[in-house]
Amino acid sequence: MYPANFRYTKEHEWVRVEGDTGVVGITHHAQEELGDIVYVDLPKVGAQVEQGKALGSVESVKAVSDIYAPVSGEVVAVNDALTTAPEKLNADPHGDAWLAKIKLSAPEEIKNLLSAEDYQSYVGAEGSGH
Amino acid sequence: MLSAIGVNSLEELFSHLPAEVRLNRPLKVDAGKSEYEIVDYFRARGDENANGYASFLGAGVYNHYRPVLVDTVVSRGEFLTSYTPYQAEIAQGTLTTIFEFQTMICQLTGMEVANASMYDGSSAVPEAAMMAMRVTGRDRILVSRAVHPEYREVLLTYAQHQGMPVTEFEYVRDSGTVDLGDLESKIDGKTAAVIIQSPNFFGVVEDVRRAAELAHKHGALLIFVFAEAVSLGLLEPPRDADIVAGELQSFAISPVYGGPFAGIIATKEKFMRQMPGRLVGETKDSRGNRAFCLTLATREQHIRREKATSNICTNQALIALMATVFMTVYGKEGLRELAEQNLAKAHYLGGKLKQRFSGPYFNEFVASTNGRTPQQINDALLKRKIIGGLPLKKFYPELENSMLCCATEMTRRDQMDAVAEVFAQ
Amino acid sequence: MIKKVRPHINQNEPLLFENSSPGKRGYQLPPLDVPKVDAAAALGAQNTRQEIENFPEVSEVEAIRHFTRLSTHNYAIDLGLYPLGSCTMKYNPRVNEQVARIEGLAWAHPYQPESLSQGILEVMGTLETILAEITGMDAVTLQPAAGAHGEFTGILLIRALLESRGNARKKLLIPDSAHGTNPATATMAGYAVENIKSNERGMVDVESLARAVNDDVAALMITNPNTLGVFEENITRIAEILHAKGAMVYMDGANMNALVGIARPGDFGIDVMHLNLHKTFSTPHGGGGPGSGPVAVKKHIIPFLPKPRLQRAAGQWTWNYDLPQSLGRVRAYYGNIGMHIRALAYIMAHGGAGLRNATMDAVLNATYIRALMAPHYELPHQAPTMHECVFSDSRQAKRGVHTGDIAKRLIDYGFHPYTVSFPLIVHGAMMIEPTETESKAELDLFVDAMISIAKEIEDNPEFVLKAPHNTRTSRVDEVTAARKPVVRWKPASTANKAAD
Repeated sequence: MYPANFRYTKEHEWVRVEGDTGVVGITHHAQEELGDIVYVDLPKVGAQVEQGKALGSVESVKAVSDIYAPVSGEVVAVNDALTTAPEKLNADPHGDAWLAKIKLSAPEEIKNLLSAEDYQSYVGAEGSGH
Repeated sequence: MLSAIGVNSLEELFSHLPAEVRLNRPLKVDAGKSEYEIVDYFRARGDENANGYASFLGAGVYNHYRPVLVDTVVSRGEFLTSYTPYQAEIAQGTLTTIFEFQTMICQLTGMEVANASMYDGSSAVPEAAMMAMRVTGRDRILVSRAVHPEYREVLLTYAQHQGMPVTEFEYVRDSGTVDLGDLESKIDGKTAAVIIQSPNFFGVVEDVRRAAELAHKHGALLIFVFAEAVSLGLLEPPRDADIVAGELQSFAISPVYGGPFAGIIATKEKFMRQMPGRLVGETKDSRGNRAFCLTLATREQHIRREKATSNICTNQALIALMATVFMTVYGKEGLRELAEQNLAKAHYLGGKLKQRFSGPYFNEFVASTNGRTPQQINDALLKRKIIGGLPLKKFYPELENSMLCCATEMTRRDQMDAVAEVFAQ
Repeated sequence: MIKKVRPHINQNEPLLFENSSPGKRGYQLPPLDVPKVDAAAALGAQNTRQEIENFPEVSEVEAIRHFTRLSTHNYAIDLGLYPLGSCTMKYNPRVNEQVARIEGLAWAHPYQPESLSQGILEVMGTLETILAEITGMDAVTLQPAAGAHGEFTGILLIRALLESRGNARKKLLIPDSAHGTNPATATMAGYAVENIKSNERGMVDVESLARAVNDDVAALMITNPNTLGVFEENITRIAEILHAKGAMVYMDGANMNALVGIARPGDFGIDVMHLNLHKTFSTPHGGGGPGSGPVAVKKHIIPFLPKPRLQRAAGQWTWNYDLPQSLGRVRAYYGNIGMHIRALAYIMAHGGAGLRNATMDAVLNATYIRALMAPHYELPHQAPTMHECVFSDSRQAKRGVHTGDIAKRLIDYGFHPYTVSFPLIVHGAMMIEPTETESKAELDLFVDAMISIAKEIEDNPEFVLKAPHNTRTSRVDEVTAARKPVVRWKPASTANKAAD
């Protein structure tokens, strides 16, 4: 379910590092909790973001959820396709529906994030908490 | 019922309230009255007000005929006694009429989206200004002094704790239109929006395009305000504006001493998500039939809480329905003809009085009082059962011997002749 | 078994624009008694429009059928119980509608001379006095247009008072059970929000509140009874804690209908509060407004009230604009006077004793529903409740059916649903407020329906998930509405072009 080459946050974002850039998205668990996603608010290219601070938000019909940047750096690309087709986030959250690419300003931050295994057990535990 | 609950008396239902909070005496409110006595009381209060007077007051509240159909429709319990249409399956009546309302407001204003209503025109103005702040990321507001003075007061109340400095710019003393030179000297790269009203508070029609060009040149939005909706039957829609904030009282909403009225905010599609207030959208039901529902609710307070576009919640659905029925009854030809009648009446009266301003006017204008005070003229008019225009000194110290006079389709020629006579004395 | 309704024919209706044909009209204007004026000449050709494109063109009969047919697609209080918790959907007496249309009142212009407005000012003055008596407060302003507008006014009043004392402070404390308008209002008034957790009894936790109150706190915004319908039994102590630190207590009066004649906020430490005339005082909801949100204050807040203030001098009502400390205006003119007239008519019909009886009946009805539903639905908080009660869908959720689904099935039984998923502190909330309006017979029908749905969920949850089954409009696709917003009608040709 959760790709081993990704790193994860407890707020349900993922990041995949490609050289000096991190590709960022939300997890399968996040999209499932939100239900049908109807709108995605993406950052502007060129924006500076900080690990743990708001990067954008996703909306279902009756909820808004902030997306927090899993890594710090400059936004170098955003996935504009999501603006007109937010449903992609439900269909392929770990692939096609990435949100933004961030040029890493502090690559060592990756160490603060969860492995796929740890994230899996984290959402497993959170899931049984209800 | 008490035994099902497991108590012995009604009083017991309140036994958990701490003794110190209980009211241990009857309310000092008179004993209940019968329906007849209630009607009688309010009739008597109505008789203490102006009754049977002709009126030349406008200034944001206009005396237009209310087609009978309006009350017929809004008196139906299905509209009157329903709530905000959260449960779309059993609220299609309200939802459909709001969708039609939004459409007609777009047709009238030349905008692409309109919300389901705001409290009134005065509160729509600060809501539009706050929206412009969100869109532009800037914080300064420039507002014309020819915008309704009470709307400006409301804007200031809202602005003071939003970090939203508001600056006024002048009107040209001869024409009564906005002073574009003064606007140009005050606008800069921090200006979020320029606010103008047309017809403005003096009844004068503004050059919207030039104001918009100036605002856009500096990256600011133009907010267009209207207080006399009937004017839109004849005037070019404010297509160059970015946000329209208006008051619909003219559309079959009784004056009732100032409210309830209904405001609107309309804008371009690209700003839709920054718009406050309820919005109805078209969709389908599970059987594939057309259906309507409240949409883009994530902008609103009940979901986004402290990050919402506004705290606005319940607003003016039933009043907006009055306006919807009004627009339906008059329709395409009627609204134009109605506006033409207003224009003709006001210009008949205007031709007989001394104009303070030279700018084009719709159904109200500022008259000079020829060396007498507005009070003297209005006192003389009251003796003839006529309520004269609004003396302007209270709002504009520089317009001492001036009053704002309005004539609508309801104003009769003989009444206007009588006013002219008193002015000429 | 569904006892209250069975299907009946009701008619389809296209949109006005689809029903229009050129030249049709539903109005008649008298001939002009003055010379016609050429619009382009008077206003400038560039300022004059050619036509209002696609504006409706229908006859009078078509217009009335249109709106009448649409009206039959609505549920309403006039058709039965409308148990939306916190919304207080009580009967709207028709005499109120009639008196609000009396010509001398309905056609009063806000700028007409005060000497010719004494009747309407008397109505407003009387209402102010009575609302002050009911709330135990010292003064009332009728200017705010709705509850949320009243909240905004009330918080600005607190800010003005604190500023006059030298420090407006930084934040408002808001319990997690609050209406969404409360935090949104705080932001509009320039305050940060700090949430206060409720305890297991559904009340503000006094200890954690005491820890949160410091010199940065401007006020606590509290709803009492709160959104669980529970009276905050420590309210006097809570007010003392705030006052000891120089902070104020704001009360959201949305639930005042549980207190009228029983307890007065002014007697339990509230400094400022608003009332919703469209809740407690029966003015109609009208499909979502107009409301009216008078604000009641204690003496120390009076100098800051919005201007103008109504006052009586030399036997006459008059508007006082000379208020140097006033926060200004929150709207043009003086308020939603049409709603003030209706609220006063409601109060007159009841009288003091009748108002108290209405409160008792509202609490009786809600407690009765609570008692009868409790065996079938989870009641997460056991504290006594007043005018409303909040259940959770937790038992039904185990079968995959949630509060929103149960609400939709309730529609098939002929009832408007309760408030869904609010307050947020109850997972899967079902918030029920019957009001004093309802008879035992109507309440029993409702409870039977809820019990029957609980059984259906045991037997056939899939059936409930697809509800409503009997309505002319089945479950509405809100997802597509939000993904691809269509918020106005367009003629077929342009609509196609836009879709290309």
